[in-house]
Amino acid sequence: MKEGYELIYKRPKTLLDKRMHYCPGCFHSTMHKLLMEVVEELDIQDRTVGICPVGCSVFAYDYMDVDMQEAAHGRAAAVATGIKRMLPDRIVFSYQGDGDLAAIGTAETLHACNRGENFTFIFINNGIYGMTGGQMAPTTLENQKTSTSPYGRNSATAGMPMKMAEIVATFEKVYYVERVSCNTPANTRKARKAIKKSFEYQMQSRGTSFIEVASNCPSGWKCTPIESLDWIKDQVLPYYPLGVLKDLGKEEVK
Amino acid sequence: MPFKGYVEISVEGCKGCGLCVIHCPTECLALNMSDTNSYSLHYAYLKEPDKCIACQNCSIICPDAAITVYKKIA
Ligand SMILES: Cc1ncc(C[n+]2csc(CCOP(=O)(O)OP(=O)(O)O)c2C)c(N)n1
Ligand code: SF4
Ligand code: SF4
Repeated sequence: MKEGYELIYKRPKTLLDKRMHYCPGCFHSTMHKLLMEVVEELDIQDRTVGICPVGCSVFAYDYMDVDMQEAAHGRAAAVATGIKRMLPDRIVFSYQGDGDLAAIGTAETLHACNRGENFTFIFINNGIYGMTGGQMAPTTLENQKTSTSPYGRNSATAGMPMKMAEIVATFEKVYYVERVSCNTPANTRKARKAIKKSFEYQMQSRGTSFIEVASNCPSGWKCTPIESLDWIKDQVLPYYPLGVLKDLGKEEVK
Repeated sequence: MPFKGYVEISVEGCKGCGLCVIHCPTECLALNMSDTNSYSLHYAYLKEPDKCIACQNCSIICPDAAITVYKKIA
């Protein structure tokens, strides 16, 4: 360090000093970093448990230095339910892509939300199946081209992109729902705040928190990382707007 | 007001995505187009050190947590 300067930001110690396998610019990396920054800030490393999905983030346990459990494809919410019920003093989060949480695992997701299970969903919605080669997901935008919708998603046959945050916000026992992104520094700061808030609610046993991330997949979208930010701003956010959809904590304060 | 801050960017940790470069408000970062790291990626570096204002925009947007930020002690 140069003399006369102070350190104001460095990589959190809770994020292992390993190169993540994610493609350049992928928000999976950003979200791992933010999660571990919050774990470090709240000093909860020894009592945090993450649940890994199937998808690009299947190896998330290699990077986040907290206890982690792998789940079968889509079943992270069921595994998180079991862990949180047996170890209620732990801070538990499920970390899932849209193919995982909103396709094969929709039932587990909705029922955990309906029961108001006291853990945090981190839902990485990149609108595509990244790991398997960019196939259409339930969240793929209308007319968006993917490897299985080469002419664009046809809503007449495939339906409209599923808005999971809006859906789970309708469940009475879901306490806090926010959609965030990591496409700008300001939005990334908000994403970090949302994670922190959800963990604090969880420590107060408030019920389910659901954080949807309007994420990217430069490789599956066949664009550069910088172009993926333009796609988010111009195409994704008009359909999946950012912001708090539900915050019962805030309503209590009012 | 020059030398408000500076950043260190890990050459091997950087994946050359360029997100920090486009979000630096004073345009002091760049990808090094004449060199690569061991992954054959053009890495980001502090091209104009006297312009850094230690705002941390680059470090918050960097997916790979490759950036360390220092601020001048007032
Ligand atoms: C039971 C089962 N069905 C299908 C697969 C194949 N598969 C692996 S990852 C994946 C989808 C991943 O997409 P997503 O959850 O959106 O995560 P991403 O890779 O985009 O982060 C699928 C269908 C599997 N591994 N197991
Ligand atoms: S394929 Fe897509 S989701 Fe997977 S690591 Fe690469 S950019 Fe990220
Ligand atoms: S944001 Fe990080 S990984 Fe991307 S170019 Fe900048 S330092 Fe490298």
